[in-house]
Amino acid sequence: MPSESGSNRRPESGAFFQRDRTWHPPALTPGYKSSVLRSPQKALLSFDNTLSEIAGPVFGHAMLGELDNDLIHNFARPGESAIGERIIVHGRVLDERGVGVPGVLIEFWQANAGGRYRHKKDGYLAPLDPNFGGCGRTITGEDGGYAFRTVKPGPYPWPNGPNDWRPAHIHFSVFGHGFAQRLITQMYFEGDPLIWKCPIVRGIADKAAIEALTAILDKQATVPMDALAYKFDIVLRGRRSSLFENRLEGN
Amino acid sequence: MRQSLDRLRESPSQTAGPYVHIGLTPNFCGIGGVYATDLGATMVNDKTRGERIGLKIRVLDGTGTPLKDALIEIWQADADGLHNSPAELRGAADPNFFGWGRCPTDMDTGVCAFETIKPGRVPFRDGRLMAPHITLWIVARGINLGLHTRLYFSDEEKANGEDPILARIEHRVRVPTLIAERQGGTYVFDIHLQGEKETVFFDS
Repeated sequence: MPSESGSNRRPESGAFFQRDRTWHPPALTPGYKSSVLRSPQKALLSFDNTLSEIAGPVFGHAMLGELDNDLIHNFARPGESAIGERIIVHGRVLDERGVGVPGVLIEFWQANAGGRYRHKKDGYLAPLDPNFGGCGRTITGEDGGYAFRTVKPGPYPWPNGPNDWRPAHIHFSVFGHGFAQRLITQMYFEGDPLIWKCPIVRGIADKAAIEALTAILDKQATVPMDALAYKFDIVLRGRRSSLFENRLEGN
Repeated sequence: MRQSLDRLRESPSQTAGPYVHIGLTPNFCGIGGVYATDLGATMVNDKTRGERIGLKIRVLDGTGTPLKDALIEIWQADADGLHNSPAELRGAADPNFFGWGRCPTDMDTGVCAFETIKPGRVPFRDGRLMAPHITLWIVARGINLGLHTRLYFSDEEKANGEDPILARIEHRVRVPTLIAERQGGTYVFDIHLQGEKETVFFDS
């Protein structure tokens, strides 16, 4: 199957770098109560990727609708738009080798500007915005770049401790080129004091890892008189070169 | 000073949270009109080759209660054991089978139901054939990093017996945690997050 870019380059098929599980939050983070009964306790079964993990689905640009990357308008009535601080979120999807990862699907979802999700399980006082759904998606370009338009989500209280608040955040779901690269994470906003108090964020041990999830204001990417911009790069597992690999059967 | 390896570090994972449906299956949670359909909701069409099967999967927490806010993605080879992926260098997979599906657990019953086909056998790194299997990836509120495991089939006893991944499970009493039971045309599979029957999860 030719790559979507039309390149003649042979697709990469090496195994992925092992995951550094000390960098990710561990399964059990008691400060985040939902993890207590949902965290596996036995040792994981470790093995080098087989084809089942090395291969992964590819989504074509044809699946995207015109407003998929515009949360300000993709749920709004004609001529109207979502309420809130208008922002552009942009960046690149890279792998651990620093190489851009083209053609990967990114899906994002978030609360509205008041911190309320359009979901029957969310009963927060803040009102729904009739013009804001809260979901969007895009596919990275040749250099791994992506961008979308939205409103800045509000922080909100959640039932965990007696008075826990989530920092403003956008959820990201990212596919790589192999299913082993599959990742869901959250993007935070530079300067938000709630980041360092959040029990979900604090499941991450290393301050540098938390900073890696914190988007930075990018004044040069703003649209004057329209929208501020935040830059957020996402890094997926790197891939070994297959040069010195034992040949897989049938290669 | 030495040179630097100049590598980046993977973005740390964060939980998908309780509202994962908004982003990944918006139509399922009542957000209509943004996407025509939820991605991964349909895996087979009339022309897909292979034996049609159903999967009924539940995810149970440490008290044995089914999760009602989880989401499962599956990834598998086609009936001939080929993946619909650029990394598949052995040949072209069935063009009518994408091989990937996504399903939220039912908000009342906790069941995830997939309609797919029985996959063929895929070679292990050394060329031996693995038993037919489906790769699973599970996310939910309270799960900090998506959980990776596999579903094998109860009626593939011989293939399961020679599968190189199943063979690596030291405590043999845990092997059945990866084997779905056939009931008619449907395989039933419970994923236990904790406890005596904790499913074998992977680090790969």
